Amino acid sequence: MVFDAFEQGRFMTPVVSAQNLGLTFKTNDGDVVALSDVNLTINKGEFVSFIGPSGCGKTTFLRTIADLERPTSGKLTINGQTPEVARKARAYGYVFQAPALYPWRTIEKNVALPLEIMGYGAGQQAERVRRTMDLVNLSGFEKKYPWQLSGGMQQRASIARALSFDADLLLMDEPFGALDEIVRDHLNSELLKLWDRTQKTICFVTHSIPEAVYLSTKIVVMSPRPGRVTDVIESDLPKERPLDIRETPEFLTIAARVRDGLRAGHSYEEAV
Amino acid sequence: MSQLQYFLALVAGGLSAAALAYSFVTPFEQALLLKAFLALGFLSLIRFFVPLGLWADGAFALLGAVAVLTSLGAFAPPLPFFWMAVVVAWLFAWLFVERLSKSLAPRLSDNAGLGLLVPVVFGAALLVIWEVVTRGANVPPVLLPAPSAIGAQLANSAPILWADFVQTFIKSVLPGFAIGCLSGLVVAILVDRSPFLKAGLLPIGNFMSALPIIGIAPIMVMWFGFDWQSKAAVVVAMTFFPMLVNTVAGLNASSSIERDLMRTYAADYWQTLLKLRLPAAGPFIFNALKINSTLALIGAIVAEFFGTPVVGMGFRISTGVGRLAIDLVWAEIAVAAIAGSAFYGVIALIERGVTFWHPSVRGGRA
Repeated sequence: MVFDAFEQGRFMTPVVSAQNLGLTFKTNDGDVVALSDVNLTINKGEFVSFIGPSGCGKTTFLRTIADLERPTSGKLTINGQTPEVARKARAYGYVFQAPALYPWRTIEKNVALPLEIMGYGAGQQAERVRRTMDLVNLSGFEKKYPWQLSGGMQQRASIARALSFDADLLLMDEPFGALDEIVRDHLNSELLKLWDRTQKTICFVTHSIPEAVYLSTKIVVMSPRPGRVTDVIESDLPKERPLDIRETPEFLTIAARVRDGLRAGHSYEEAV
Repeated sequence: MSQLQYFLALVAGGLSAAALAYSFVTPFEQALLLKAFLALGFLSLIRFFVPLGLWADGAFALLGAVAVLTSLGAFAPPLPFFWMAVVVAWLFAWLFVERLSKSLAPRLSDNAGLGLLVPVVFGAALLVIWEVVTRGANVPPVLLPAPSAIGAQLANSAPILWADFVQTFIKSVLPGFAIGCLSGLVVAILVDRSPFLKAGLLPIGNFMSALPIIGIAPIMVMWFGFDWQSKAAVVVAMTFFPMLVNTVAGLNASSSIERDLMRTYAADYWQTLLKLRLPAAGPFIFNALKINSTLALIGAIVAEFFGTPVVGMGFRISTGVGRLAIDLVWAEIAVAAIAGSAFYGVIALIERGVTFWHPSVRGGRA
């Protein structure tokens, strides 16, 4: 099954394709090179994790895909189009570090927010809200307000919101970073099931090695100053992944390689 | 009992005893109720052996108020023990409110009705003291009329007061408030939309807010005539700027993540404004509405000092002072205070309904 996804990808336009991508922020203290010479191809159906210490540009890269930042050099296409065209075509759903649910809307209305903006009819909206709320196991909480829910449930609602308009690409920026490890484990395994059911392409930013290895078919290791890709690891773990796969030798081998890649960026010694 | 309560109870009881002893210099049948109150006040010292409930103190305070008010005319001029009794009644009221607020504090949020009792008792005590001092000490009514006189004037001049209220509040304040707030809101959105306007309009708005109302009121009278139109114009000038500044600040209150989210949906300016930035600005807009609700009334009343038809709250106050009809001036002030508070209260109520989600309203974490 994993092979099928890869095979399909080879004959289709890649979902994300970056060539010699660079991004430099101009600040008062001079230029900051956030991304430098990034080359990466992400195919349909892949689950790609970006891992690296803070400042390595993983979030910036995700924001560049989302057209929230403009690259200053190189070429980046989303489904063969520019990021701006892709954004206007609503090609992706974005999950931020914080749930960012609007507190004056109920959970159901929050999930319906993108649908309202995109002009879906009332019946369509209700149907899609019901389906995505069900997908993230939040049925029964439709009428609650965000502040009445736990952090994990809020983040699930924000995932439902990103899924509601059924974009093929899901961009997730450390979505579980603020949650405790028990909730995070639970949401990780739910995310895998959701990925399996929806066949979406997922880009996932994290700074947790176990999380990256557990979730991904491809792990992109990045390092800072300047932000760059130091290693791309294709994971051969089976698609069916119970939580205790994390104790198997295969898992630990990949985790070790990720750790080596992070160390090769020798960012920690330099970090102040 | 806390130290303060202990002290209050001791002084109230002790002072009752002293006043009671003093009262024996008068014939026994004179001001019997006052003497009974003092005797009871003295007896209240048994609280140091048998605990008394806080409602007992409430009853003492009420009895004291009634006794003091009914014996106002009994002695002329009032004897010192009468003033001591006033102080005792006040101490009981203080003790009662002190104990009440202590016992209510933990459950104030879910018991708004009882929570209202504290300010009511406080206000009533203030009125009683006002009444007793002005009448007991023969304060000239021109300086400060007794509340009962003001109340009588309120009842007698109801038709005049109502006409003034309609002229000032319904005709000047409400339209002026609506136009000023609405235009402030619209200009704030225009300012937000264009950096050019932000550079040009905000300083002009700032300048306008610095114009003294005393200065612009006569000019508005020249522009818009003597009737309510000129007062409404003053109110517009006063309410415009607070709304403009607050809304401009409120439109930037949404977080960058919330705005990025709208961008990922490729939402246009108006969708972002209506679905995110205006709701997020709600608390700021309501702040401006609340500030403006009191400003508007002040503006309209002051503006009426500078030329008006022979009706209106400001007109009545300015002419009333000239004719030494101070009761009427106070009655007008009372109407203005009640109208202003009610206006503010209505807006605050609407705010609770509209910005129910804000941590300051729902009393939760951010």
